[in-house]
Amino acid sequence: MSARRIFARPARLAAIVPYVWMVLFFLVPFGFVLKISLSQTAIAQPPYEPVFDLTAGWAALKPAFAALSIDNFSLLASDDIYVFAYVRSLTVAVTATALLLLIGYPIAYGMARLPKRWQAVAMVLVIVPFWTSFLIRIYAWINILQHDGLLNQILLALHLVSQPVVWLSTDSAMYIGIVYSYLPFMILPLYATLAKMEPALEEAASDLGAPPWQVFWLVTFPLSLPGVGAGVLLCFIPIVGEFVIPDLLAGSNSLMIGQTLWLEFFTNKDWPVASAAAIVLLMVLLVPLLLYERLQKRQLEQGR
Amino acid sequence: MRKISRLSRFNIASLALGLAFLYLPILILVIYSFNASRLVTVWGGWSLRWYHELFNDRAMIEAAWMSLRVAVSSATIATLLGTLAAVALSRGERFRGRTLFSGMLYAPLVMPEVIAGLSLLLLFVALNAERGFWTVTIAHTTLTMCFVAVVVQSRLSSLDRSLEEAAMDLGCDPLRAFVAVTLPLIAPSIVAGWMLAFTLSLDDLVIASFTTGPGSATLPIRIYSEVRLGVKPEINAICTLVIALIAMVIVIASLASKLSSSQGESAAPL
Repeated sequence: MSARRIFARPARLAAIVPYVWMVLFFLVPFGFVLKISLSQTAIAQPPYEPVFDLTAGWAALKPAFAALSIDNFSLLASDDIYVFAYVRSLTVAVTATALLLLIGYPIAYGMARLPKRWQAVAMVLVIVPFWTSFLIRIYAWINILQHDGLLNQILLALHLVSQPVVWLSTDSAMYIGIVYSYLPFMILPLYATLAKMEPALEEAASDLGAPPWQVFWLVTFPLSLPGVGAGVLLCFIPIVGEFVIPDLLAGSNSLMIGQTLWLEFFTNKDWPVASAAAIVLLMVLLVPLLLYERLQKRQLEQGR
Repeated sequence: MRKISRLSRFNIASLALGLAFLYLPILILVIYSFNASRLVTVWGGWSLRWYHELFNDRAMIEAAWMSLRVAVSSATIATLLGTLAAVALSRGERFRGRTLFSGMLYAPLVMPEVIAGLSLLLLFVALNAERGFWTVTIAHTTLTMCFVAVVVQSRLSSLDRSLEEAAMDLGCDPLRAFVAVTLPLIAPSIVAGWMLAFTLSLDDLVIASFTTGPGSATLPIRIYSEVRLGVKPEINAICTLVIALIAMVIVIASLASKLSSSQGESAAPL
């Protein structure tokens, strides 16, 4: 037997503990979300009617199944608040991802063209803000965007505006916050593909007479598509369920689904509806999530 | 063609603007934490006043202490579990349930936090667990071990496997080969994984809000409830302290990986 095969057996055993952990704390909880999304709201602690109790045995299962209700889901489909929240979440995520691509691409492209020694420095500089707290970075923008904040002071001093502009509680503030927070997630996968690209390909295209924009559009961009895909998924999926940024920077008159879920759960204490909202959110994200997993797997296992 | 000429003026401008965009807001926040004036917009000279007030804010200090304890314990457990998972995925060849395993590990990397937080809370309620330090620690471990697994796995898959195979051909059993050959080579990525788990835990608001109980707020929960009421210089001060702590962690991490890279290959910080 080869050394590789002998090594594989104990390596497989290493999976046991993390496997059990993930099943217990990642997979099983989804069962509870599903179960509670099908139960009735109750004024109790915890605030829902128990749907089934396994300790009661199989005999109790039949009435339990009869008691399951899809009321929460029909509520989500019929109430405009929820429908709007889903539509808005998707619109915001698509717009923000497009902005991120437009802003992130030139930066990643610039990084990939730096001399090798400087590339490592630039990469660290892009990663460091990702390590700093998410909440703090949003707070930093509240400082700048508030009524008498730095941005308005600069605009007033330059006589670009005559009165302070309202930035906070607007969609522009939210988009600034999202772009700011997710930019490293867009830049890094783009940079990774751009840096691996063979420079001779671009040089060949331009030697054959292609103007720079054509070199970019016909050679560079198509070759960077795997990075574009990774960056888009890495930003789009979490933005759809984003809570903190819209909550702190956007106005409260149109909510995203993450905010609705939070509101139902913490303010209205309606756990069944919150659970149903989570299930629908998961369904919406299922396809992008599966795409992302395939991508991640291919990337991590290509060395094999 | 010379390499340098590939860098156009457009490239330099977009890089400079991009980095300024990433760093200026944080820099402004830090500077204003030393502002003597209570008005966040008026510069009243340098002062440590808000740091003094911060140290008298008991609730804030308790929250910070809670967050540190959660971050250290969850990062440690997550590093252990995440490294085991990475070893199984990159060296275990095929095994039953492998697809499910990798699926469970990669999904939390992008999964919206509201979903993870809600589902864990429902589990804890069903188990009748008392919510507080341990429930938040378990929740953070579950999330961050996935990041550790990815960081360590990408290092493992770039390693030359003939090294550990040579050790085994020379008579090491698999465990010995792993400890003597593989482990020292992946050590920088394990350190980086721990640091990443630590900062992610220290940063998390959403999952902690769902899984903690009354009376045990973490630092982000505390900061969040203050921020909702508006900008306050004390918040600038506590944010600056958190940034300083994270900067320290990054410096230590990169020094650690520099030290070990002088023995092996260099490791990326992420």
